[in-house]
Amino acid sequence: MPAEFDATTTLQQYAHPERLVTTAWLEANLGTPGLVVAESDEDVLLYDTGHIPGAVKIDWHTDLNDPLTRDYVDADAFAALMRAKGITPDTTIVFYGDQNNWWAAYALWVTSLFGHADVRLLDGGRKKWIDEGRAVTTDIPAPADTDYPVTQRDDSVIRAYREQVLAHIGNGPLVDVRSPAEFTGELLHMADYPQEGAIRGGHIPTAHSVPWRRAADETDGTFLPVDQLRAIYEDEIGLTPQDDVIAYCRIGERSSHTWFVLTHLLGFENVRNYDGSWVEWGNAVRVPIEKP
Amino acid sequence: MRDALHEIVEEFADTPKELRLPLLLQFADALPPLPQRLLDDRDAMEPVEECTAPLFLAVEVEPGQPVRLFFDAPREAPTSRGFASVLHAGLDGGTPDEILSTPNDFYLSMGLDDLVSPLRMRGMSGMLARVKRRVAAGMSA
Repeated sequence: MPAEFDATTTLQQYAHPERLVTTAWLEANLGTPGLVVAESDEDVLLYDTGHIPGAVKIDWHTDLNDPLTRDYVDADAFAALMRAKGITPDTTIVFYGDQNNWWAAYALWVTSLFGHADVRLLDGGRKKWIDEGRAVTTDIPAPADTDYPVTQRDDSVIRAYREQVLAHIGNGPLVDVRSPAEFTGELLHMADYPQEGAIRGGHIPTAHSVPWRRAADETDGTFLPVDQLRAIYEDEIGLTPQDDVIAYCRIGERSSHTWFVLTHLLGFENVRNYDGSWVEWGNAVRVPIEKP
Repeated sequence: MRDALHEIVEEFADTPKELRLPLLLQFADALPPLPQRLLDDRDAMEPVEECTAPLFLAVEVEPGQPVRLFFDAPREAPTSRGFASVLHAGLDGGTPDEILSTPNDFYLSMGLDDLVSPLRMRGMSGMLARVKRRVAAGMSA
């Protein structure tokens, strides 16, 4: 049985408040049957230094990506992961992590590809929980295996491929969520990530630049109030909730965060994440590139 | 490769896969704190841009003396701390020649590439390259 929703007033402004929980709500609800807390970090050791009591670790690299093909795990591997983490199809999964929930949003998006119904983010992520002095532990939970069924991944609704992006140019909005220097092509990779590079710099023609981090408060990492999010995505770049939107970044993780904001916080109905992103586009032969 | 570093590489390689990350975490915890003179003079430390987290290093080279290495990384960046600590335990106190002879890709033999995204493993080579550059500069100074 899924957990109750967080009825905190500040969450109710969003289109789908049931997709967020506050740190106070999570602390009060830890241990509730049907609730699994999952930490997904950029730093693979961070969970082991201390995590929210009872939280399991889901690693974006080793758990969610296929080790051979550049793709997500298949249905069998995903079901095996859910079983090992004590998750059933009815479980409420609350994701949280470092870097403003960057990787937590990615794990939530991949989980959504497999149709898991009740997935939520901890507003403010790991940093807010720790800054508030809430409990952490190094105890690793050992959940009993579940019988999570094998569910096929549906890549048709919230995931976009290169050919679809190509056809989208001039026909629908694209949002580039990378840093400004990556957008202009000054950098062929994100600052500090020289190895995730591309042969060519710039952006996909017609794309709007909205760095993903703008959706979060600079101090505590929580999502901005809905009117400020609307000001960015609707007033500033002219999106409307009915638009068919494709977001991209470098390998699709930062754009998962923007996908979450547009879909769950602003209620956009047709947002896809192009996970091939710039590592594919900037290395692909004969795709158009724009440079200011 | 310097013996101390070689032994660490072997230790990782010989550790069962599921215990390698806990071992790296032990290294992260064991990174010694900076001496007061560097805490007082943070500008003397060089940022390592290849790391995803803020990481700083300093290298002290004196003629005829063992090379001293110093690293600083936040507790919330245990992977970078762990890499720094491996280099510290393996190379601190070595001779300039021992440090300069370290293979740039020595860490590939540690068996961490299945566990840490290969894209993130390069922070280690960034640190080593900077250490070597500082040692080479110190010898010619």
